Amino acid sequence: MSENASLSISLPALQAGDRAEFARLVEVYSAQIYRLALKILGNTQDAEDVLQTTFLKALQSLPAFEGRSSLSTWLYRIAVNEALMLIRKRRPEVQVFAGDGGDDEDEDYLPVQFVDWTTIPEEAMLSSEAVTYLDQAIQRLPPKLRLVFLLRDVEGLSIRETSETLGLTETAVKTRLLRARLFLREQLSGYYQERLLEENH
Amino acid sequence: MHTHFDCHNLLDSLSDYLDGEARQELCRAIETHMAECPNCRVVVDTLKKTIYLVHATAESPLPDDVRERLYKALELNEYLK
Repeated sequence: MSENASLSISLPALQAGDRAEFARLVEVYSAQIYRLALKILGNTQDAEDVLQTTFLKALQSLPAFEGRSSLSTWLYRIAVNEALMLIRKRRPEVQVFAGDGGDDEDEDYLPVQFVDWTTIPEEAMLSSEAVTYLDQAIQRLPPKLRLVFLLRDVEGLSIRETSETLGLTETAVKTRLLRARLFLREQLSGYYQERLLEENH
Repeated sequence: MHTHFDCHNLLDSLSDYLDGEARQELCRAIETHMAECPNCRVVVDTLKKTIYLVHATAESPLPDDVRERLYKALELNEYLK
């Protein structure tokens, strides 16, 4: 995140209707909002809809924004709500993503693969095939874990900001974050174990 | 602090440890356990690498056409560079 640029955005100017300042807000945050929406929804058209709606709603709501959270947390919250609304509209059978209840058991996320694949050269880990696999693994995360993981580990929000954005307790955020990380580690371990086996044959 | 630090204790403290938020005493307990438990060592190392890979591939610019349509929808065309 461009921390310096975000710090210098003036809330009073935004609330006074300064178009240039609003354009700066869009410039600073649009890539992050689009990326987040794309990773939640897995579809470029839906992500673009969420991106546009987020800033349109932000523009409408700016006069009432009290600044109790940071501008970025506020924008992320609008974007997450819009993305969830889109999912509910298109796929009503999908269960609600956020909320504190209904977490699985810890045992479901205990490590079972113990192959050390960290010795694989970095260029192989960042190959387009490997990056595609990682993206697909993120898409396979159970939805309620995925939201926490995307905000904390992809967008770099703090535990507190993630909990504010999703309306979860910090404890729930920490539990889901660890499970998401362990889930992805298992997925990558399976993938790289095969690469290591191929190398040795 | 646990008198006997085991694999479950390590798992519980893992995110704090990897995010640099664990106290020094806890870090020492985790590192002592890892020296004796090869599986936990692998879990910590591969989890660290997993998070690193996520960070390394996270950045992506907004596609130009998406950006142009956004500025148009917000009536900000004059600010398109």
